Amino acid sequence: MYKIVERQDLAPNVHLFKINAPEVAKKAQPGQFVIVRIDEKGERIPLTFADWDTKAGTVTIVFAEAGATTCRLATLNAGDSIENFVGPLGVPTHTEKFGTVVCVGGGIGVAPITPIARGLKQAGNKVISIMGSRNKDLLFWEKNLRACSDELTVCTDDGTYGRKGLVTEPLKELLASGQKIDRVIAIGPIPMMKFCALTTQPFGVKTIVSLNPLMVDGTGMCGCCRVSVDNATKFACVDGPDFDGHKVDWNLMATRAKGYATEEKSAMAKSQCQCHSK
Amino acid sequence: MAKIDLNRLEMPRQEPAERAKNFKEVALGFSPEQAKQEANRCIQCKKRNCTVGCPVSVDIPEFIKALREDNLPEAVKALKNKNSLPGVCGRVCPQESQCEAVCTLNKQGGAIGIGRLERYVADWERDNKARMDNKVTLPPPSGKKVAIVGTGPAGLTAAADLAKLGHSVTMFEALHVAGGVLMYGIPEFRLPKAIVQNEVDFVKSLGVEIKLDSIVGKLDTVDELLSNGYDAVFLGTGAGLPMFSNIPGENLNGIYSANEFLTRVNLMKAYQFPAYDTPVKVGKNVAVIGGGNVAMDSARCALRLGAEKVYIVYRRSKDELPARREEAENAEEEGIIFKYLTNPKSYIGNEQGSVKAMECYEMALGEPDASGRRRPIVKPGSEFMMEVDVVIVALGTTPNPLIAATTQGLQTTSHGTVVTDEINGQTQKKQVWAGGDIVTGSATVISAMGAGKRAAADIDRYLKSQG
Repeated sequence: MYKIVERQDLAPNVHLFKINAPEVAKKAQPGQFVIVRIDEKGERIPLTFADWDTKAGTVTIVFAEAGATTCRLATLNAGDSIENFVGPLGVPTHTEKFGTVVCVGGGIGVAPITPIARGLKQAGNKVISIMGSRNKDLLFWEKNLRACSDELTVCTDDGTYGRKGLVTEPLKELLASGQKIDRVIAIGPIPMMKFCALTTQPFGVKTIVSLNPLMVDGTGMCGCCRVSVDNATKFACVDGPDFDGHKVDWNLMATRAKGYATEEKSAMAKSQCQCHSK
Repeated sequence: MAKIDLNRLEMPRQEPAERAKNFKEVALGFSPEQAKQEANRCIQCKKRNCTVGCPVSVDIPEFIKALREDNLPEAVKALKNKNSLPGVCGRVCPQESQCEAVCTLNKQGGAIGIGRLERYVADWERDNKARMDNKVTLPPPSGKKVAIVGTGPAGLTAAADLAKLGHSVTMFEALHVAGGVLMYGIPEFRLPKAIVQNEVDFVKSLGVEIKLDSIVGKLDTVDELLSNGYDAVFLGTGAGLPMFSNIPGENLNGIYSANEFLTRVNLMKAYQFPAYDTPVKVGKNVAVIGGGNVAMDSARCALRLGAEKVYIVYRRSKDELPARREEAENAEEEGIIFKYLTNPKSYIGNEQGSVKAMECYEMALGEPDASGRRRPIVKPGSEFMMEVDVVIVALGTTPNPLIAATTQGLQTTSHGTVVTDEINGQTQKKQVWAGGDIVTGSATVISAMGAGKRAAADIDRYLKSQG
């Protein structure tokens, strides 16, 4: 059992758990993920590291209530425990001194991009970050991301905070400004990562995306997380989760993400989610 | 001397029409009278071919003798002396090609039902724990620590043997339950999970510690285990990486590896969705690609989930089917449709990206290939369509590369299997042994157990030589 030592509600339906998992914390690296299973009847879902503390022996995850499991997870509080917490899984984000790197975080993607930005900053890069969300209420961790960035632009779709518009707009301006950008890393919803990749492609700037398809075991055993990259099938759990965004088959990503839409509906109907009472 | 009885006693089973609708065990086991009747047929040969035919050398005549003398505790002891997982082996061992194949009575087609009797004795023990003096006397601790990576049949066997020899054993399991393929792969109706759990509990009762959720290579590596106080490491991580055929459309929704399909159904209990959270697609027309035991398991699971038609699509003919005959027969009785000499060419999806059809070739058999089986050849122009909404690809598995990639000095083959001494399981790396599917590629539960047993003996020899 893995104890939740702290819970924070970052935004409506977005929560942070600090979980006691010293062995995982000891080995965690930016870009890796864990598989979480709440209890005996739970499914196994992947969540990318938002942070970790080797000394305290804790790992931080941030999740949005998106399906039956994340909804059920949201009913837990500090002091409660979850049954399984397996990691660190996947290949860490490749970090070295590239020069200038742009880190783009959309929605809850702001959480996993933060330790990556920190790692890149520590490696001696100039880090320019862009974060975005639908509106002001959904924004979180602006301070955290700013702390590991040389520059930060905040966008909201509706203009209720920061710059009005999508993250791809400041990204495009940066690329077009003539400033040398050596690498872009984008984490967020599938359309956001896809359009970031499409934005950078004409400029020929290598763009890494962190794919988060459905998974079961997370160790390369099942192939549920198949993605197509450069026309070859890859398992996101062991070959990724980071891939070259210019080579990802985004249509396949989007279709496979909806593979259990029908079942998910019936599971949601069943789950007595206290957070979705509104 | 009594007349030799060649009438092999059938074990009662659930009726096909009934069992095709539930996940309960198909075979029901002998009654005490039936067990005794079958045991009484054993002629107690002096030359014990059956024991030689058993990969873990169970003293078969001995346990059968105790059984017919109504001394069940003694039968259990004789069985467990060599085999730590008899409840599993009695159900899934291919006895027909091992102990029963060399049974003296098999010459006249009346081999003793050794597997059935083994199962009977194991089940008796499980039901009569209170009456058994179950305490295994362990020797004083040797002070040596062994790490076992993977809790499948190879690892469990090695763990039990090493613990019985006084060594301190810690097992590392990546999943949330111990048992490996016995838990995630083999379905409930063939091997109830309670039986596996019982065998795992027995291994734990010997003082073996099992660490779940622990991926060696991601947490500590093998090298770190060795430098952190383990004296020896046994690798029994199996062959967990599924193979696909890399034909167009294979990533459409509704197309599973057998590993994924079986893991969802067996380990995650998707057949009880939505009471359990993990879903699985219940197809109307399901095609399983492949002809091995895993293909049979997948097909029979799909049927039980409620599919209308389930096909086994196999590129060779019935004669080359790699599955145990008994399993193929069970599947056929339940209504699985066998499409022999058929191979998929591509998958066709609907607008939502889900598979709706499969284009297949008809095949013919050519000359025997390296495996000794006749090579399947595509019949030109034979393409035809099959309507399918779920496809399960059961074409075999290879070892997960994680251990090899994170362990210095471990030698592997081009198939990703670990190179070991054939007899004692020693790898090229000092203090590291390996056995089971990680060495052989996908094989049987009992051969993995045999490898675990031989490695344990050699690890013990090594540990003792270290003073």
